[in-house]
Amino acid sequence: MPVRVQRDDFDLGREVAALVRGNHKIGAVVSFVGLVRDTSDGAGIASMTLEHYPGMTEKSLEEILREARSRWNIFDALVIHRYGMLAPGDQIVLVVVAGAHRGDAFAACEFIMDYLKTRAPFWKKEETAEGARWVQAHPADDSAAARWGKDKPA
Amino acid sequence: MTKVLYFAKLREDLGCESESLALPEGVKTVASLRVHLAARGGPWASALAPERAVRAAVNQQIAKPETPVATGDEVAFFPPVTGG
Repeated sequence: MPVRVQRDDFDLGREVAALVRGNHKIGAVVSFVGLVRDTSDGAGIASMTLEHYPGMTEKSLEEILREARSRWNIFDALVIHRYGMLAPGDQIVLVVVAGAHRGDAFAACEFIMDYLKTRAPFWKKEETAEGARWVQAHPADDSAAARWGKDKPA
Repeated sequence: MTKVLYFAKLREDLGCESESLALPEGVKTVASLRVHLAARGGPWASALAPERAVRAAVNQQIAKPETPVATGDEVAFFPPVTGG
């Protein structure tokens, strides 16, 4: 269940191929890629800088993957999250889940993203024409994570 | 000593990324450490005021206000996370 926190970009095809290689029990691979948008709350975004908490970031992502594995029947999962300066259109985050069937793989992938949004220690700062600003957390992210129930202590 | 880290907007508001401090008598939880830090006044009082959304971690695990803190711990304060 690998986790990578890196400045560099990633290649979806290569990551999927590496995750499924040699395991022919896998019948479903679900992936999610998050991208930097060029607008946010009505303002144009020139660039974005992602800060994180080295050490805790990796631990929290590993914990989320363990939780996903305990809830659904999946073979493997991968999270790559970038940090540093990113431009509109750049890839930020990748989640890949491999399982025997699509139901568990879809659910686990969505769960991992919902939990990552509220638990992994990343913070976004946007550069706009009016200057830099820290992105505010969205209450919708909390409710997206809460709908999975059985919330672990936060 | 106890290591205290600050991230993102909180780090900028406080002008402090990390520090080592001796926990005073009576500071035994995340909540009481926050009150102790806010008592420094100035940006500390405003950025750590009770109405501000501040999250914490102890030894790199998400913590609650009542989570214990002790000498040798690594405590972090930060705004609600916005990754993904």
